Amino acid sequence: MLQTNLEHIESEEQLKELIENNEKAAVCCGRMGPMCIPVYDIFEILQEKYPDTQFRDMDFDIPAAAVIKGLPQCRGFFGLPFTIYYRNGKLVKATSSIQTAKQVKSVIDEVFA
Amino acid sequence: MQKYDVIIIGAGPAGLAAAIYTARAALSTLVIDESSAGGQVKTTDQVANYPGFAEPVAGHELAGNMRKQAEKYAAELKLAADITDLHLSDQEKWVELDNEDKYTAKFVIIATGSSPRLLNIPGEQEYKGGGVSYCATCDAEFYKDKDIFVIGGGNSAMEESLLLLQFVKSITVIHQFDELQAEKITADKVTTNPKVNILWSHEPRAFYKKENKMTVEAENLKTNKRIRLERDGIFIFVGLVPNSAFLKNTPIQLTKYGYVITDPQMETNIKGVYAAGDIRDKKHRQITIAVGDGTIAALEIIHKI
Repeated sequence: MLQTNLEHIESEEQLKELIENNEKAAVCCGRMGPMCIPVYDIFEILQEKYPDTQFRDMDFDIPAAAVIKGLPQCRGFFGLPFTIYYRNGKLVKATSSIQTAKQVKSVIDEVFA
Repeated sequence: MQKYDVIIIGAGPAGLAAAIYTARAALSTLVIDESSAGGQVKTTDQVANYPGFAEPVAGHELAGNMRKQAEKYAAELKLAADITDLHLSDQEKWVELDNEDKYTAKFVIIATGSSPRLLNIPGEQEYKGGGVSYCATCDAEFYKDKDIFVIGGGNSAMEESLLLLQFVKSITVIHQFDELQAEKITADKVTTNPKVNILWSHEPRAFYKKENKMTVEAENLKTNKRIRLERDGIFIFVGLVPNSAFLKNTPIQLTKYGYVITDPQMETNIKGVYAAGDIRDKKHRQITIAVGDGTIAALEIIHKI
């Protein structure tokens, strides 16, 4: 279980519901590790700045994370966390490893504008 | 323009320690950080040398507690906020953020710390997380029974290598000197491991990727000849750089390496502007020292206000 203040995705159904019912959604899939925690923190901060975007996290080691790990866009990813952005039900961006606040904001401004 | 008694730029241990002191002294305190709170501590797996914790404490937990403590005393934090303009002079100090809000204060503490140094070579950014990594704790298991490169020969490179050796089949260390800079006890543990070989006096010039294999093009610094070697992944640990780029158009005096010069009271060459933590020019950089720097800067301000 991730110790963050974000809402967690804990099942495939929750992920499906998030993607289908929200125009803009971002999921950070990782562990409580040094490269992941800063991205969760940034998501928490950006929730206020981007109220129309849903920010979630997901434990990399739960069975449901297989959906993220198996994405074609994540093939060749060798760095946690895997951060996935969905718009209108479609995956529009995936990043691997730690991202700065500036990088996350840049992706959001690019794919959710 | 909103007025504060103190603006602290940087929410790592130095900035948060200063904020705890100034806020407890009832000074209106604004802390600004381009990222989340905690600085480098939040990306440290375990901290074992911070007094008061008999057992190692997770870096993110220590950072989180520092933030909570600062907020408890009413320090105001603006996080994930980029500084778009900055004016620092003896008479006037103000900061403008990316949301166009402007803040002014009589005192400013610069506590922006340092960040892992990048090699800035072709392929590094492109393959980050896809063959290029900066964290053994996070990514070692992706390389179980694989052959990897470690770039660097300092303490962090060797400590991270020891962790990587629990997972990987082999490590090729690429180091620019003829000897390792790490502490001997750690370096010896790595160099005597049969899974390790070292490419001395070489520096990477480019990274390439073909399918899931990474190639390093490395230059021999003595002969200038370049070679290409292929492995499964690359881990980079080549030290730190000060986060002082935002000061380049200010009158703040920096060393040639970009660190801020201060007097023993942490004051810079600009009256009322202080620097604390890893951004400051000094010999040793530790969390405890950063906290001490922040405390000194805060106490100086409290006594002057």
